[in-house]
Amino acid sequence: MPRTVRDVVFVDGVRTPFGKAGPKGIYHETRADDLVVNAIRELLRRNPDLDPAKIDEVAIAATTQIGDQGLTIGRTAGILAGLPQSVPGYSIDRMCAGALTAVTTTAGSIAFGAYDAVIAGGVEHMGRHPMGEAVDPNPRFVSEKLVDESALFMGMTAENLHDRYPSITKQRADEYAVRSQEKAAKAYADGKIQQDLVPVSIRRTTPEGGETGWGLATEDEPMRPGTTLESLAGLKTPFRTHGRVTAGNAAGLNDGATASIIASEDFARENGLPVRMRLVSYSFAGVEPEVMGYGPIPATEKALAQAGLSISDIGLFEINEAFAVQVLAFLEHYGIADDDARVNQYGGAIAYGHPLASSGVRLMTQLARQFEEQPHVRYGLTTMCVGFGMGATVIWENPHWEGK
Amino acid sequence: MSTTTELLKGAAELFPDEVVTEAHVRHLDLPAGAGRFALITLDNGLDHTKPTTFGPQSLANLNVAIDQVEKESAAGEIVGVGITGKPFIFAVGADLKGVEILKEHSDALAIGKGGHDVFKRLHGLSVPTFAYYNGAAMGGGVEVGLHCTYRTVSKALPAFSLPEVFLGLVPGWGGCVLLPNLIGADRAVSVIIENSLNQNRQLKGKQVYELGIADALFDGADFLSQSLVWTASVLNGDITVERPELDRGEGWDAAVARGRAIADSKVHGAAPAAYRALDIIDAARDGDRQQGFDAEDTALADLIMGGELRAGLYAFNLVQKRAKRPAGAPSKDLARPVSKVGVVGAGLMASQLALLFLRRLEVPVVLTDIDQERIDKGVGYVHAEIDKLLGKGRINQDKANRLKALVTGVLDKAEGFADADFVIEAVFEEMSVKQQVFAEVEAVAPAHAILATNTSSLSVSEMASKLQHPERVVGFHFFNPVAVLPLLEIVRGEQTDDASLATAFGVAKKLKKTAVLVKDAPAFVVNRILTRFMGEIQNVIDEGTPVPVAEKAVEPLGLPMSPLVLLELVGPAIGLHVSETLNRAFPDRFTVSPNLKAVVEAGKRGFYVYDSGKPELDPEVAALLKQGDSVLTEEQVRDRVLDAVAQEIGLMLDEGVVAEAQDIDLCLITGAGWPFHLGGVTPYLDRAGVSERVNGKPFLAPGLASVPA
Repeated sequence: MPRTVRDVVFVDGVRTPFGKAGPKGIYHETRADDLVVNAIRELLRRNPDLDPAKIDEVAIAATTQIGDQGLTIGRTAGILAGLPQSVPGYSIDRMCAGALTAVTTTAGSIAFGAYDAVIAGGVEHMGRHPMGEAVDPNPRFVSEKLVDESALFMGMTAENLHDRYPSITKQRADEYAVRSQEKAAKAYADGKIQQDLVPVSIRRTTPEGGETGWGLATEDEPMRPGTTLESLAGLKTPFRTHGRVTAGNAAGLNDGATASIIASEDFARENGLPVRMRLVSYSFAGVEPEVMGYGPIPATEKALAQAGLSISDIGLFEINEAFAVQVLAFLEHYGIADDDARVNQYGGAIAYGHPLASSGVRLMTQLARQFEEQPHVRYGLTTMCVGFGMGATVIWENPHWEGK
Repeated sequence: MSTTTELLKGAAELFPDEVVTEAHVRHLDLPAGAGRFALITLDNGLDHTKPTTFGPQSLANLNVAIDQVEKESAAGEIVGVGITGKPFIFAVGADLKGVEILKEHSDALAIGKGGHDVFKRLHGLSVPTFAYYNGAAMGGGVEVGLHCTYRTVSKALPAFSLPEVFLGLVPGWGGCVLLPNLIGADRAVSVIIENSLNQNRQLKGKQVYELGIADALFDGADFLSQSLVWTASVLNGDITVERPELDRGEGWDAAVARGRAIADSKVHGAAPAAYRALDIIDAARDGDRQQGFDAEDTALADLIMGGELRAGLYAFNLVQKRAKRPAGAPSKDLARPVSKVGVVGAGLMASQLALLFLRRLEVPVVLTDIDQERIDKGVGYVHAEIDKLLGKGRINQDKANRLKALVTGVLDKAEGFADADFVIEAVFEEMSVKQQVFAEVEAVAPAHAILATNTSSLSVSEMASKLQHPERVVGFHFFNPVAVLPLLEIVRGEQTDDASLATAFGVAKKLKKTAVLVKDAPAFVVNRILTRFMGEIQNVIDEGTPVPVAEKAVEPLGLPMSPLVLLELVGPAIGLHVSETLNRAFPDRFTVSPNLKAVVEAGKRGFYVYDSGKPELDPEVAALLKQGDSVLTEEQVRDRVLDAVAQEIGLMLDEGVVAEAQDIDLCLITGAGWPFHLGGVTPYLDRAGVSERVNGKPFLAPGLASVPA
C-alpha cells in the first residue's frame, strides 16, 4: 500500500496554573487526574469545531504512574473529561519529557496515517507523588558502576554539568535565573501567559496554607517577581557544599498539567482548526545519566540534521529550565549569548515551575504564541533535558512566516 | 445584627448535639480581571455521607461569614460574594433533629426567623451574590441560594428539592416567597407541592436549570471553576441574565388552584402543610418579601408544634433508619449465601417474584409448575418484562441477555432445585397444597436450602410441621404490586432457626425491600389491620349506614384510596377469603359480611362503576345490598373504625406479632401506603385520643411522634 507522510501541526495548547508542591501549595488537595481533566476540557471549549468523537487518541504523560496518576491516566482522564467512550487513551513516561513525547509519539502516528487528531499532554503532582516515590533501582546500576550514584539526584547531575562547563559559574546561573523571573513577570504583565491558562477550583481544608474553603487558581504560584542577584546569592547549595545549584537557579517542585491538540494539517484545515505550528523534526538522545542536563545538545544535533537545518536557522528557542546551568550549557555549546533575545522570551521553568511530565507542552504553547507575534521567524525549537541521561528536541515551523 | 446573634445563641443552647456547619470565607481573583471575590464554602468537616445541614450554630457561623463579606463589600474590597458546598453536597437544609426537640412555639418561631435573618442578608449586600449548587441541595440548602442574586447548577447534581411539605412543614426560610417570584407560581407549585407529595420526588441539575431556578448549567467535571468564569462574565457585563416576566394575575390563581387540587388528591385536607404553603405562595404575588417571610415564620412554628409534622418526622425516621435495621433480626453473620433461587409455580405472582429475584440477585432463577405450558408462560412473562426494561433504556442489551439467560423453567423439581439455595412457593393459597409442595421440594433441594412461602394468611408453622427440617421454613410475604410496594413481612415460624431467618433478611436486603420481622400469627400485620379496618366499614354499611357516608367518614385520614376502592384493587373474593380466615381465628372481632359474600357470589369485581368518570355505586351492587336500619354519622363511623383499629393493634402488640408499635407503622407506610402525616397510624390514634379511649394508654412514648413534654 503506498503511503504519504502527512504534515503534523500543533493546533492549540493549554495548561493549569502551576502550583508549589507540598502542604501549603494550591493543589495540595486537588487530584492529579482532575488537573489534566481541567486542561483537556478547556481545550475542547476553546476549539468547538473539533468534534470530540473525531479525537483518535488521548496520550497523557506522568512520571510517577501510581495512584491518581496511574490507571492508564490517558484513558481515565478522557472518560472523566467527558470524551466519548469511543476515544481511546494511554499513558506515556519519559520523565520530564513526558508531554513532549506524548506529542511526538502521536505526531509520528498522525504522519503515518494512524490518527487524524489527538490530545497529548502531561501531568505531575509532585506534592502527591514526590520524585523517587516507590522507585526500585536495580542494584546492578551501582554494583557494576553502570551509572554514578549521583545520576538519580537531578540536582547533583546539575552540579556535574557545572563541572563539565567550568566557565558557567554560579554568578552566571544566578544572573540567568533573575532574567527568567523578570521575563516571566513581564510576560504576565503583557497578558501573554494567562490566555493559555485554565482556571482550576481548589479546595483547602486545613488553615496552614491560608484561608480554607474553595478557591480558584488563576495564576502560577511559584513565580518570584522582584528576585535579585543579592537575594539569590545567599541561598544554600543543597546538592554539594560550596556548590552552584540552588533553589533560586533551578525549577522547583511543582504540580500542574498541560494538554494540546495535535492533528494532521489536512484535518486541521478541513475542520477549521487553527494551525499554530508545523512539526519539522524531533529527536531524542542519550547521554551519561550523571550529566543528564547535557542531553538537549545531542538531541538538537540530531533534530537539526534530520531537518537539514543549522542552529542559525532557529529564530526562537523554548528551553526547559530545569536548571540554569543546563540552559547555559546549551547556549555555550552553540555560541549563543546568555541573554540572547531569541531564547525563552517569556522566561521559563525557573519562574513558572516544572511539574515534570507536563512541561513539554508548556514550551510548545509559549512558542506558538511567539510564532504568532513574530511572523519574521520561520523556525523555532523546543528542547528539554530528561532524567537518566536524555535530551529531547522538537523543531517547529511557523505557519505565519511571511517569507524573507 | 445583635438580635440575630442572640436569637441563634438561644436556639443553639437548646440543641447541643448539632453537627455544626462551618462557613469558610476564602478570597480569589476572578478570571478576566473581573476583580476580587469572596467565596463562602459550607462544610461540616465530614465526608459526603454526612451531608451539610443548618442548625442554629451553623446559621450563626454563616451570619459571621456574612458580617465579614458585608464589611468587605461596603469597603469596595470585593466585587461579589459566592456560596457553595463541600464536594458532592451543597446543603440539605435544616437539621431535623433540631426540629424534633423543640417544645415551645416561641422556639420554633426563632428557628424560622433565625434562618430568614441570616439568609436575607445575602440579598441586602451592596455587591451581587451567587449560589453555586454543586451537589445535593434540599430545603434550607435550596433556600439559601434563592436569596442570592444569581445561581448556577451542576449537571451532576443528583437531588434538589424543597421536601418540607412532604415532611409536614413549609419551606420556611424563603422558599414559599422567593421561588414563585423567581420562576412563577406554577413551576413553584410543582417544586414545593407536587414533587413533595409525590414521594418527595427530586430534581436533577438539568431540571433545576430548565425550571429557571438556576441561571446557568455546567458539567460536574469543572463546575465550580466554570461557574466562577461565568460569574466574571456577569460582573464584566459580557453576560446578561434574563428572567421571564411573571403572570401575577390569572396564571398565579390557576397555579395555586392546581396546587390545592394536588393537595386534595393526595392528603384530602388531612395534613395542613401543603395548604399553608399554598396560602403563602398565593400571597407572595405582591413580591413583598418581608411580609412573606413573616408568614413563613408563623406557618413553620405552627406546624412544628403540630402533630402532623411530628408524625411525619417519626415516619421519615422509620423508613430512613428503622427500615435499615429490622428489629429482632438475627446477626447477619449467620446468613448463608444465595446463589440460585427456585420458584414453585409459574403464575402471575410467581413470575413477578422470579423477575424481582432475577433483577436484584442476578443469580439463576428456575421456575417449576405442573405443566410445560404454564412454565413457558411464566418464563415468557419474565422475558417480556426484561424486554420492556430494555425498551425503556433501564438496562442495556448485555444486561438483558444476562438476565434472560439466568431464568429457566423445568417441569422436574429435582432437576430445577437440586442446587438451589432458596426456594419460594407461590402456589394456591391452601394449606394441604402448600404442605405437599414443600414436601416435594424438601425431597430434592439441598439440606441447607431455605423454603420460603409467600402465603398471606396461612400458618407458616403448620406449613412446616410435616417436614424433616422445619427449621428452614420462613414466611416471605410480599405486597402487590411486588415491584412497587417496599414492604416484605418476614415470618418466623415456631421452628425457624436463626440462620434461616438471617438468610431471609439478607435476601430481603438484596431485594431492596423493607423487611419487618413478624410472628406467625393470622394474616400477619398489614392484612390483619386492613381487614379489621375494612370489616368495620363493612359492618356499618351492613347495619344501615349509606355507602357514601361510610366511605367519606375515613377521608380525613388521607389514605391513598377509599376502603371500597382498595377492596376493588385487592379483589372482593380475596378480601372475603382473608376475612373468613381471620373470622376463624378471631370470630369475636372479625366478621364475614353477608353483603360482601353476595357481591362476590354475583361475580362483581367491585362496588363501583366509573361510567361518569367518577366512582358511583354500581346499581347491580346496590340491588344486592341488604342493609339494617342503624344509620350512623360520619363521625360515629370514624370512631367505630378507629376504635377497632386501635383495639386490634393493641392486641397484636400484646401477642408479640411485632416488636413494637413502630413496626406496625412501618408496615402500614411501606405495605399499604398509609401517609406520613399519620405516621402510619399509631401517632394519629394517640393524638386523636383513640388509644387512650380503647386501650387506656398511648402506643408511643411522648415525644416520639409528638411534641415533647
